[in-house]
Amino acid sequence: MANIIKIKTPLTDDVVYQLKSGDSVLITGVMYTGRDAAHKRMIDALNRGEKLPFDIQGQIIYYVGPSPAKPGKPIGSAGPTTSYRMDAYAPTLIKLGLKGMVGKGWRAKEVIDACIKYKAIYFGATGGAGALIARSIKKAEIIAYEDLGPEAVRRIEVVDFPAIVINDVYGNDLYVKGVEQYKQI
Amino acid sequence: MREINAKQITDAVSDLCGKANFDIPEDVMNVLRKAYDEEVSPQGKDVLKQIIDNDEIAHNEQVPMCQDTGLAVFFVELGQDVHITGSLLNDAINEGVRKGYKDGYLRKSTCNPFTRKNVGDNTPSIIHVEVVAGDKIKLTMAAKGGGSENMSRVMMMKPSDGLEGIKKYIIDRVRESGSNPCPPVIVGVGIGGTFERSALIAKKSLLRPLNVQNPDPELDKLEKELLASINKLGIGPMGLGGRTTALGVHVIVEPCHIASLPLAVNIQCHSARHKEITI
Repeated sequence: MANIIKIKTPLTDDVVYQLKSGDSVLITGVMYTGRDAAHKRMIDALNRGEKLPFDIQGQIIYYVGPSPAKPGKPIGSAGPTTSYRMDAYAPTLIKLGLKGMVGKGWRAKEVIDACIKYKAIYFGATGGAGALIARSIKKAEIIAYEDLGPEAVRRIEVVDFPAIVINDVYGNDLYVKGVEQYKQI
Repeated sequence: MREINAKQITDAVSDLCGKANFDIPEDVMNVLRKAYDEEVSPQGKDVLKQIIDNDEIAHNEQVPMCQDTGLAVFFVELGQDVHITGSLLNDAINEGVRKGYKDGYLRKSTCNPFTRKNVGDNTPSIIHVEVVAGDKIKLTMAAKGGGSENMSRVMMMKPSDGLEGIKKYIIDRVRESGSNPCPPVIVGVGIGGTFERSALIAKKSLLRPLNVQNPDPELDKLEKELLASINKLGIGPMGLGGRTTALGVHVIVEPCHIASLPLAVNIQCHSARHKEITI
C-alpha cells in the first residue's frame, strides 16, 4: 500500500502537482455532489450565460446520488456512481476551474486531456461502499436543483474521505497501469 | 384453490426491499472473504476490505450497502392453485415497493427516459411471473443497480460463431466493461431462446447462489473455464488491477431458432442483492 496523503479542499495547483496516479488520499473539506441531471442543468445554465450554483474554483465534484438520510444522520449511503456519463460535461467545468472529480470507472480522452491541460485530478472511490463512505460525510445540504431529488446538488463537508488518484496531471491512468501489471491473457 | 390477500403480498414485498438492500447474501460474503485472502494486488486487497467492511456496516446498521438501491426486479413463481384477492398481483407488488423504499430510506431511481424526471417512489418495478404447480407464491426480489446493468448486452450471434465465439464475446464484454460495473462482478449468461428470452435467463442465472454448482456438468465446466479466463484479465477489484475480476459466472442455456444464436450477458456488481420469500 502506498502512503496515504491527506489533502484539503479547495485544491491548489501545488497539491494537484504532487498527486500521482495510484496515490491513496483522504480528502477533508467541502465537496459538491452532482451526477447526470445536475451536470446537464449546469451546462445548460452556462450556455444561457448564467452562473453555476456554486463557485467552482479549486473545487471537487463528487459523482453521487445518495440514498435518503435516516433521522439524525447527515446523509444516507453515498458511494460513487459511474463517471463516463459525465464525460460530455466535465471538460467545460475543468476549464472553468474545477480541480477534482470523484467517481468510478474510465474517463474519456477529452476528460483526461483536460485534466492534463488545466491541472485537475480524477479520483476513484470504491463503488458499492456507500455505507462505509457515508461515515466520512459529516454534513450535507442541498444548494441547487432540489426537484432532482437524489440528483440535486449538495454541499457536503467531509473528513478523511477515502479515494485514490486514477488520472493525474501527468497523463498517468491507474486503470491502464493496474490492468497491465496483473493481466495474464 | 388457496386464497391469498394482496395485502399479504404487499407486506412481504415491502420487507424484502429493505432486507435485500441491507443484508448481503452469505454466499456472496463468503466468496468476497476468500477473494480478500487470495488477492495479490495490494490496492485490490484494500478495495475488497472496504467492500467487506461496508457490507458489515450495512447489515449491522440496517442501511443500504449501496446508495443505488436499484430498480426493484421481481421473479414471481405463482402457484396455479392460488387465487389473489383484493387487488392485482402487479399492483400489490408495486405498493410493497412504494412502502419498502420509503420506510427503508432507499433511493428512488426510476425516471422518465426523456425528461429524466424522477417518478419519486421507485415504481414501476420489473415483474416476471412464471406459473408453477402448487398453491404458494414465491417472490424473489433483486435490487439491480444501474452501473452494472449499463455494461450488460444482448448479442444475436451467428450459429457459425459457435461456443468459441460465445466465450470470446463474454470475456470481451467483461474486459470492455473494465472498472465501470463495480468489479468483482458476477457474470450472468443466457444462451438461446429469443432476443428477450436470452436476457431474461441471463438475469435469472444471477439468482443462483455462488456456492451452488450448475447442475449440468458441461455447463459447470464452461462456467469454471470462463471464470478462470476472466480472472486473468487483470482488471481486479474496482478496476485498480488484480486477480479478482469476477466472483462467479452463471450460465443458463435453452433451445433457440435454427437461424439464431442469442447471447445475453448480464453483469452484476459485487453488491449482489437478492432475497426471496414464499407465501
